[in-house]
Order: sequence, then C-alpha cells, then structure tokens
Amino acid sequence: MPVITSRALIEGEAEGRLLVLESDISFWGGIDPNTGDVIDNRHPQFGESVAGRILAMNRSIGSSSGSSILLELLRLGCGPAGIILIEADFIITLGAVVAREMGFGQIPVVQVSPKDFECLAGIARITRNGDILCR
Amino acid sequence: MAMRILCDMARIQGADKLIPVTSAHIDGCLYHGASGVKFAERLVKLQGRVTVPSSLNVGALDLQNPQKIRLDDRERDLARRLMNAYVAMGCIPSWTCAPYQAGYRPGAGEDIAWAESNAIVFANSVLGARTNRYGDFMDICCAITGRAPYVGLHRPENRVATVHIDTSSIPDRLKQEDAFYAVLGSWLGRVAGDRVSVFSGLPVTVTDDQLKSLGASAASSGGVALFHVAGVTPEAPTLTDALNHQQARQTIILARKELARERDRMSTVAGGQLDVIAVGSPHFSLDEFEQLLRLLDGRRCAIPLLACTGRHVITQLEKKGWLQALQNQGVDLIVDTCVVVTPILERTAGVLMTNSGKFAHYSPSLTGHEVVFGSLADCVNSAIEGAVVRDESGWN
Repeated sequence: MPVITSRALIEGEAEGRLLVLESDISFWGGIDPNTGDVIDNRHPQFGESVAGRILAMNRSIGSSSGSSILLELLRLGCGPAGIILIEADFIITLGAVVAREMGFGQIPVVQVSPKDFECLAGIARITRNGDILCR
Repeated sequence: MAMRILCDMARIQGADKLIPVTSAHIDGCLYHGASGVKFAERLVKLQGRVTVPSSLNVGALDLQNPQKIRLDDRERDLARRLMNAYVAMGCIPSWTCAPYQAGYRPGAGEDIAWAESNAIVFANSVLGARTNRYGDFMDICCAITGRAPYVGLHRPENRVATVHIDTSSIPDRLKQEDAFYAVLGSWLGRVAGDRVSVFSGLPVTVTDDQLKSLGASAASSGGVALFHVAGVTPEAPTLTDALNHQQARQTIILARKELARERDRMSTVAGGQLDVIAVGSPHFSLDEFEQLLRLLDGRRCAIPLLACTGRHVITQLEKKGWLQALQNQGVDLIVDTCVVVTPILERTAGVLMTNSGKFAHYSPSLTGHEVVFGSLADCVNSAIEGAVVRDESGWN
C-alpha cells in the first residue's frame, strides 16, 4: 500500500471512502449544511454527499460563509471525516478549528502535492502524523 | 477564546507575527444553523467586545419588513439571536454586503480584517486596503483582538499581479455596459482562481458599481480576493506598477467570443417565461436605483422585481422621494438581507432573472430557481413583459 505524506494543517485520525471533487466548490451554496449533499447543480459531484467521507479537493472558492457551513455540518454529524487539500485553504481550515474549539469534534485537515492528489482513490486513512494510506 | 482561535490559525498559516487591524467587516451574523449562534453567544457570555470599528454583513432577516422572510419561528428566533449577539459585542448594525458604499471605506494601505467575499475583493482592489479572505468566526476573532496574522495579502509582495489580462480587443461600447463587468468577473474567477491579476485596456471612467459587480462575480466563480485595473485602482497607476516591474507569468488577450461564452454559461435556461427578477447582489447603491428608475420610465412590472439593498440606501431613497416611485412601479425592496441568503421568494422553483453574477452563481442551489443572466436594462424589460427579453447586440 503506497503511503502519501501530507502536511497536517489540523492533526487527527480518520478513515473513509474518498470523495474527490473534480472542480472547486463554495461550501456555502455548494453543500447543504443539514445533510452534507452537494447541491450545486453545475458541480461535477452534484448529488454526492460529503457525510462521513474523506473529502479531497483542490481548494474552496466563493463565499466566506464556508467556515460556517463546515461548522454546522460537523455539529450535526454529517460533515466529512477528514479533508485533503492541495492549497492551504483557510476558510475551510477555520471551520474545522472552530469545530474543535466548540467541542463538535476534531477532523484532520491535511495538504498534499498536486502529484500525490492524483494518487488518491478508494478508501483513505489519515494517520496522526499526516500519512495517507489508500486501499 | 478569540485569541486562541487566532493563534491556531496564525500557526497553521505560518505567520511569524500578528499585526494590528483598523476595522473589521463581520459575516458571521448571517444565520446558517444553530452552531453559529452557539459560537457567538459563547463569545458574548465571555464578555467579548470588538476593539475596532466592525460593520455587520447582511443577516437572515429583513428587520424593517419581517413578514417578507419565510423562516419558521424556530429559525427566525435563532437568526434574530445571532444578529443580537453580534450587536451585543459592539458591532455596527449596518446589515449590508456593500459596507464600502455605506460609509465604511478604509484607506489605501490599511490592514483590515474583512469577511464577505465581495467586500473583501472590493476593499483590496478598489480601496487598496489589505485583507485576506477571512471566513466567518475569524472576522469576529480579529475584531475582538484587533489583530490578524501577518500573511497573504497583508504582505505587499503578495499583492503584485502575476496574470495580465489585456482587454484592448474588446469593443469600447461593451465596456460601457454594466453586464460586461459581471461577465468579466465570472470569467476571471474561473481563470484566475486566487491569483492576483491586472487588467489593461479598461476605461478610466469605470465606476465603483461596475468594479463592485466585477469583484462580486469573480469572488463567486473563483477565490479572487484582489485584482488591479491599470490606470484606475490605487496599486496600479500603470500596468508596470501593478506587475512591480516584472514580467507577467501569464498574459491573456481576452476575446469577445470568450466573454460571450461566459455570458451563456451564467444562465441555466435560455429564455421563455419568468417568475421573478432579483437585483442587488451586492446591495444596490443609490446610483443603481437611479438607473433602475430611468429604465423603468414610469412603466409597471408584470412580475415581481426584487431589489436588495441596505438601510443606508433606504434613507437616501426616502429623501429623494424615489421610494414611493419604485413601489408604484412594482419594485419590491428587500432590506438588511437578500434573496439567496434567506428564504424570501414566493416559490421554491421557477425561473429567476438577474443582472448579478453572484445571484446567477448561487440562485440555482440556494433558491431552487433556474437562472437567466442579463443586463439591468434586460431585467427591467423582462419584468415588464413577464418573459425574457435580452439585447444581444454588442455580444455577438
């Protein structure tokens, strides 16, 4: 099993089926905070859900309310189990930092290279030291 | 708690220090669920107070016409509690997404902590103030501590354009149109992502409202936080200045065809019957209402035309006697909020027309409506007809 090394923006452990976003998304207007469903009908992953998944994405676009949407997802238990980014996205990371502060759980948010991002498939496990194992 | 979150983020961002900020614009007052209320009320309980002037973004309620908002009682109560919590922390109840047109205009070179994607890009680009794309929660943490991590666009070297967009082949006539700027922004967001760009060849007469539209669009389709316009914006007296006397990493000669394609992409249906027209994202300015009245020319709308704006504009409309004229011609004013952030529209599906790149981007997912993009003149003519009327000249 190949091991991908990442930079941990927020440390944590998680395992889940990968959801790789093929284009950038605004969490606000892009994901339903009550269900985790992708609701932007112009997005390639429209109809998928981020709930319980390891969400792999380049970065977020659009609204600064993205942090709020992630916080609400995590409070309701329908957020992603972990997030893998290419760009260090501070709107998304902030949502996860505040969730930890508020006691809504701690999910890992890690950053990988574009090349390693291409290798993500199947079920991914993120370890405490930032290694990513896919199977 | 605010300082702890700020320091967590500073560490993640790799900042070596915190710097003072002179103002904040707070987006956290917009209701998205109970978690935001719990967060704000915890700060209030800990006696959090802002230490710099902090304007508030739109909320989920029209406080002047509460009956217009279709939230259930529980959510209405939570939205109200959220707004109250931010006011209790000393924020200014400005309730607008265009604070820069409501008297909150930081000067060039000032470090600020602004949230609301369109306000961020306007403050950076048009005013020359310095802010990163702050998300909800970070905005209030910066406002309470009066500090922000010294990273990203607070650092002068990161404000230099790397992408040059040459618009000289676009006809001047198109550059006079409001719709051109929304389309240009939508294209920019997709092409530039979060890179800093500089436009050459735009007219020096470009207005604040046109740049507002460009920025809002670009911050919806992309993560744009800063663009320059050579000869217009404060950090671009010339193209060379914006590029800091270096070669652009990428130069794009923009073609009209490319923009025409982008304009098509902004609509999800081509034409036909309409249910509603929505304008005012970002919030309509007094000048935009003047144009709206001129275009209406005494005619009455056949379908609802909703114009979203801030209370600062309502006061001016009243003074000028325009409020009554607008209402007589069938314009429905939405104050303190807007149609995509909270349920206002009568139906949960249908076709909506707008001149806003931001509404065009978010309406399908947030209102359930298909969307048609057009100029303000197109929107007015369509409102009178009840069906899509678009002037295609200039685009083909």
